[in-house]
Amino acid sequence: MKKIGVFICHCGKNIAGTVDIEAVKEALTGYPGVVLLEDYKYMCSHPGQDLIKEQIGKMGLDGVVVAACSPTLHENTFRLASRTGGLNPYACEIANIREQCSWVHKDKEVATGKAVLIIKSIIEKALLNEDLEPIRVPVKRRALVIGAGIGGIQAALNIAGSGYEVILVEKQPSIGGRMAQLSETFPTLDCSQCILTPRMVEVSQNENIRLMTYAEVVGVSGYVGNFKVKIKKKARYVDWDKCNGCGTCMEECPLEVPSEFEQALDKRKAIYRPFAQAIPNKVVIDPDRCIECMVCRYFCPKEAIDFGHVDEISEEEVGAIVVATGYDTYDLTNLSEYGGGLIKDVIDGLTFERLLSSSGPTGGEVRRLSDGKIPKEVVFIKCAGSRDPENHFPYCSKICCMYTTKHAMLYKHQVPDGQAYIFYTDVRTGGKGYEEFYQRAAEEDKVIYIRGKVSKLYREDGKVVVNGVDTLTGRNVEIRADLVVLATAVRPAAGVEELTRLLKIQIDENGFLTEAHPKLRPVEASSAGIYLAGCAQGPKDIPDTVAQAGAAASMATMLFAREYLVQEPLIAGVDEELCSGCGICVSVCPYDARTLDREKGLAVVREVLCEGCGACSAACPSGAAQQRNFTDKQLLKMIEAVLT
Amino acid sequence: MEISYFPGCTLKTKAKNLENTALPLLNLFDVKAEELEKWYCCGVSFSQAKDNLMLQLAPIRILIRAKESGNKRLLTLCDMCYNTLQRAILFIKSDEENRKKINDFMDREETEFYGDEVEVIHLLSLLKEIGLDEIKKKRTKEADDLKVAPYYGCMLLRPKEVAVDSSEDPSIMEEILASAGCKTVYYPFRTECCGSYQIVNEENIVKAQTRRIVTSASKNGADLIVLSCPLCHYNLDEVQKQIADEDENFKPVPVLYLTQLLGLTMGLDPGVNDFSAHYIDPRPVLEIKGLL
Repeated sequence: MKKIGVFICHCGKNIAGTVDIEAVKEALTGYPGVVLLEDYKYMCSHPGQDLIKEQIGKMGLDGVVVAACSPTLHENTFRLASRTGGLNPYACEIANIREQCSWVHKDKEVATGKAVLIIKSIIEKALLNEDLEPIRVPVKRRALVIGAGIGGIQAALNIAGSGYEVILVEKQPSIGGRMAQLSETFPTLDCSQCILTPRMVEVSQNENIRLMTYAEVVGVSGYVGNFKVKIKKKARYVDWDKCNGCGTCMEECPLEVPSEFEQALDKRKAIYRPFAQAIPNKVVIDPDRCIECMVCRYFCPKEAIDFGHVDEISEEEVGAIVVATGYDTYDLTNLSEYGGGLIKDVIDGLTFERLLSSSGPTGGEVRRLSDGKIPKEVVFIKCAGSRDPENHFPYCSKICCMYTTKHAMLYKHQVPDGQAYIFYTDVRTGGKGYEEFYQRAAEEDKVIYIRGKVSKLYREDGKVVVNGVDTLTGRNVEIRADLVVLATAVRPAAGVEELTRLLKIQIDENGFLTEAHPKLRPVEASSAGIYLAGCAQGPKDIPDTVAQAGAAASMATMLFAREYLVQEPLIAGVDEELCSGCGICVSVCPYDARTLDREKGLAVVREVLCEGCGACSAACPSGAAQQRNFTDKQLLKMIEAVLT
Repeated sequence: MEISYFPGCTLKTKAKNLENTALPLLNLFDVKAEELEKWYCCGVSFSQAKDNLMLQLAPIRILIRAKESGNKRLLTLCDMCYNTLQRAILFIKSDEENRKKINDFMDREETEFYGDEVEVIHLLSLLKEIGLDEIKKKRTKEADDLKVAPYYGCMLLRPKEVAVDSSEDPSIMEEILASAGCKTVYYPFRTECCGSYQIVNEENIVKAQTRRIVTSASKNGADLIVLSCPLCHYNLDEVQKQIADEDENFKPVPVLYLTQLLGLTMGLDPGVNDFSAHYIDPRPVLEIKGLL
């Protein structure tokens, strides 16, 4: 029989206050396999760890049971100590007598009895443990970044800056994302494009970054360190090797359609680039709009137009994936209670950004849509769709408080005799310099903040009449506005749900990507090797997006810095003698770690993908799927120890 | 079809025009409304009381009468009664404790009530259930250039749980009117509160509301306002007369029950209406538009 040493931690009074340590030792004396019983005030301290190391050699221990706190805290500490002492780290087991015992009981006798049972069952497990070696897999040192807004750009630049290759995929013809549409940014009021475009240029000049715009990820297989990705390059009908971006085709094209970049405030042509500073500076033909009149082909000085283009699929191997797919804003037509989609002078925040932007269709002059007049009374309504669980979404869109303040401020700078009103639920200004910015808007720029909701909004005599309530004074408010701007909810970008199915990562009830742990692993997806950046994970502003993108990049480079990936060997294997190849385990595995080898009639495990969840072990009808060091035999012995 | 029917107090007094047109109208569709043998006020007038429990006793007793009648569908014509009865059901279903308290108060009742046994249905919902096509078939008179402003008020729409239609953007009256061949106009105040019982102690609130609602309807071209609530009718009609008397620039708009207008388009004897009960006389408009 194996020789097991039991090390009981007092954890100061955390354990010893409720569990009688001496009584536990007495009860375990002579238990089969136990050759040593030690106790110490803080086993996780250096002297505590040294005690374990020394006794392994001195007593010739085959296994170690540390009765202490939850294994989520110090399992690693004690396994490393055991390894230093000469044991296989998986010969060390933790009996949790704190969170699951001393902390939840008041009665010392009950707690002591329970601690004994917990330790006994772990001793049974330790007796049957096998020595395990970590799983090693090679790493493809190249990253895929999906989405080239400021989040994707930052992640790509950081990874490339560490010397690794990056494939940056963007759905639109140009990189830049939402930030390229913005006018000025809070709280410093620096021009958005002025700070973004240098980053865009950097991307285009970086030799480590391969840019694939007007492209989408359509297939993902493989696993951390070894993904295989299919990227669809949409047909552009323009040979980008020849196109020099001169724009002649755009001038000559007869077909005008609403510009997505300009929020439909302006027109673009059927052959277009989204905006002047587009990167790459190339044009594409919108196949849904083009009438194939061939005018562009006639005028193109480089003979770049080619109607023979088809979608192409490119297959790439990458080791890590950063998802930075960004956001859309909740469509106005969903907010008919605020006249969204019904009244022309009710617009959303992104549209107002284009009105404010000096590169926008009005050259930065705020003019209303219905008659082009400069509005004298502007009402901003926050939480349009956000914080409204009954009708729309329950969450806070986070950026609206600040950007609406910015909108009101910029409007006042432009129209000093105009009046800006902001209806708000709360004013949330957590962020460096944010509160001061809000105070400045209210005090210096005389923006009127009204705490309350808008109840009704309608058109009358060329005005938009806004009825609401000021919940601080309890009075009804009526404002005859020229323009109403809704701070519509931030939504995950269209199509992201489909992408998460390809990547096998989770989304939350609102459609945002779920992180592995909300506090301690905020940039990792639920699957290994996939990292999150920006609004795809939840609404956030530019500084937060850039910070998260940097963190995602550092996770990817951490992966690339290793020669091999090392993974916990606590996975479920296949006992080939017992496996009948029924495939039940393949269908229950949530991580795609199991496949069926039809020739051999056996289930096969891709060890690196197995997370050790145990779903297959529970489902396997023959007992062929056994979790390493959690075998059926071990579990039965553990239960037996508790029940006898 | 037979359906239990709870009239409510005003239907027998101020709002005779509603009952006298609604019941014959339903007869046209072979719907027989069987008045409950024993009924009393729905309880809405107690809602000003501070005790939210007591005001539920009256509606629940009515619901018990309906349950005992054996016909579990209970028709109401009045928006106030509809709202009160529906909310009593919500209240009693909301938790066990509420139900127990209510039942303890009503120890002389022999029938228990849990909330699910009776379905309260408003006339508008019943008409829609009968079918827009059926309504179209019964049309005998065209009123093509008559522009009607449907008025919903609050009781049909709020709270959301009892609403007969979307509480933000209802269309049930427009649909019924369209199948009866009437053009409707949209105006933003169709779901605004008329001021309700404020008429008792704060008449000015009702005056202000009535002015807003009627002005909004007439600005949008309405010849008539139609509604289905006796209290809204009183506020919009009687108070409107006061406004018109005080302000010669104010353009009055007659207010009819929806059923009165439907009756005229479907050939019911106009004599069932007592037009003298209207403060703003609707007859001139109805004559011009060929409905009288």
